[in-house]
Amino acid sequence: MAEIKVQNLHKTFGDFIAVRNSTFTIEDREFFVMLGPSGCGKTTTLRMIAGLEMPTSGAILLDGEDVTFRRGSQRDIAFVFQLFALYPHMNVRQNISFPLRVQRVPRREVRQRTEEVAKLLRIDHLLNLPVGGLSSGDRQRVALGRAIIRRAKAFLMDEPLGALDAEFRELMCEELRLLHNRIDATTVYVTHDQVEAMSMADRIAVMDQGEVLQVGPPAEVYDRPATQFVAGFIGSPAMNFLPAQGQFEPGTMQIKVNGAAVAVPRLHEGLIHERAVLGVRPEHIHIGEAGDLQGRVYGVEYMGSRQLITVDTDAGRLKVRAPNTVRTGYGETVGLSFRADRLVVFDGRSERALKSDLHAGGPHG
Amino acid sequence: MAEVALRNVTKRFDPVVAVKDLSLEISDGEYVVLLGPTGAGKTTTLRVVAGLERPENGRVEIAGTDVTDLPPAARDVAFVFQQYSLYPHYTVFDNLAFPLRAPGRKWPADQIDARVREAAALLRIEDKLRNRVTQLSGGEMQRVAIGRALVRTPSIFLMDEPLSSLDAKLREDLRIELKRIQRDLGATILYVTHDQLEAMTLADRIGVLSEGELVQVGTPRDVYERPDNIYVAQRVGSPQINLLPMGMLGIADGPGKAQTLGVRPEDVELGADGVAAQVLAVEHLGVETVVLLEVAGQRFHALLGPGVAAAEGQSINARVRRGAALFFDADGRRLDWDTPAAMSDPRERAHVG
Repeated sequence: MAEIKVQNLHKTFGDFIAVRNSTFTIEDREFFVMLGPSGCGKTTTLRMIAGLEMPTSGAILLDGEDVTFRRGSQRDIAFVFQLFALYPHMNVRQNISFPLRVQRVPRREVRQRTEEVAKLLRIDHLLNLPVGGLSSGDRQRVALGRAIIRRAKAFLMDEPLGALDAEFRELMCEELRLLHNRIDATTVYVTHDQVEAMSMADRIAVMDQGEVLQVGPPAEVYDRPATQFVAGFIGSPAMNFLPAQGQFEPGTMQIKVNGAAVAVPRLHEGLIHERAVLGVRPEHIHIGEAGDLQGRVYGVEYMGSRQLITVDTDAGRLKVRAPNTVRTGYGETVGLSFRADRLVVFDGRSERALKSDLHAGGPHG
Repeated sequence: MAEVALRNVTKRFDPVVAVKDLSLEISDGEYVVLLGPTGAGKTTTLRVVAGLERPENGRVEIAGTDVTDLPPAARDVAFVFQQYSLYPHYTVFDNLAFPLRAPGRKWPADQIDARVREAAALLRIEDKLRNRVTQLSGGEMQRVAIGRALVRTPSIFLMDEPLSSLDAKLREDLRIELKRIQRDLGATILYVTHDQLEAMTLADRIGVLSEGELVQVGTPRDVYERPDNIYVAQRVGSPQINLLPMGMLGIADGPGKAQTLGVRPEDVELGADGVAAQVLAVEHLGVETVVLLEVAGQRFHALLGPGVAAAEGQSINARVRRGAALFFDADGRRLDWDTPAAMSDPRERAHVG
């Protein structure tokens, strides 16, 4: 059991505010990802949970117990650094069992637990081999084994896959997630890579400039981003943002983009000023002969199962994700229409998403 | 006419053969991308064209001239490296002008000025010309590095993973800019990357390398839809193509001596029909969903739209979209229903006779 409560956590380094009054709860056995660009405070938050850093104010509760100022070694938490580093002069068994041997755990128990972990990771046939000759996948599994052998209540991971190339990272994400499902522990994972976060997390906390902007399941932060930053950070290519005009009042169902009327989910709140931004995901734009907006094709990128089309309009440049059946080329004039029920309207000043029917509905298809 | 040709090039770094008997022709104005993992020989091939490495065997031709024995400076090429090697104490302008001011080139100042401004405009960094390069962002620095190659209008641009040190968003932006610049200039580019998405989106043709050998050269669509072998099939597409023994997912019939079934994740359909599969994991990626499935100890992925109603631990029926399966023989070569590999076809024999 490991529920981690972060309450009004605040951390400053001199004048710099690294973490700004964060409050969230990581549930027992959850795979929780803190996501954000470098300098957003995610690693500092993780280090405070680990006890490697003391907060300026606020509290951290581990299963209801205040551990804010307890040392790292007194918390039942394992911190996993970059996974790649193995001890080259030790074999697989010695690498995996290292944390136990350091703690002077009796030999029989070390042996038993090493074999258990190896079996869990499907590398039990490699135990007596040197790590030098292993495939990179097996090396990662050994590193993972070394991380989980301590049987902590929670595993904290700071960009553990950062050093890997893309093909392999994908594989390891899946491996990590499957491992998490098999052991009864809470995982707190820090990354700047939104694909990693989306593919593994039960819930994601999106951070920027020390602030937690939104906490929610991947589909939720993707479909209903709380701010323009969240919308732009999650998804590749990013959400398109267009300046929008019109009356923004509760009940509004139509706004204007560059003079053209665009239907949006019915707004539940309004704006006292007139600066608004329309957010459109690339997959919610349909390319045809006619549409809400006209534009010229600036680039077509073939991606196998789909294609990415860049279109210049008077309202700005848009990325469109289209099936391979759409045939268009550089310089062609096309019409763009938006899928009304999936659009987000942002307050142009605060960058906060306006509440609308988008937020009222259940999960989207 | 081929702007650049490699003919039977072999390059060794004992005991390793880095490039094996490689032949490739690049047409004028063509964008060719060499794709392969680390150690496949991509960078060595590029360096051989640049004249930075001397091949043991074979020849390199640029614009119809054999340049195999010429030093780099005497070849009409421009190289863009992975790490932007700019002069930190120079302004953007001076960095861009540097290749034109090299001794022996003796360009008049007004022409240098015009060339630099042209390149800067193309790369959208006109407003940064007076800045020191140290004041630039990573993306701007890499643009300056590319600009330094552009000012010279060489026969061919050689680019070694020029986008790999940039973050995802910038890579996306520069990818489309590179393609536009190439189109606007009609430039010939040989480009090296290990990133399949870059290769797919940028290339007119992709050359897939494995251990120094060119395994397949073709358009992105060719390489994706009609890979010559398993190796190529695995190099493109994300998540990777599923490789399963024949007979899986209800597909027992293949051409000739088919041993392995290749199914792209987007060609796996879940629903009412098909073979019962266990759902091991579901990844909601927003725009799409990746489902990890298992049938008879074999794991495979399905790539579906958002909002898929599949949950971990559930059992669900899976099948392959009609006509989408690829077949490979015991050596990993792809088999067509009507290729010579299936020699029983009488029409084939008629041709031979």
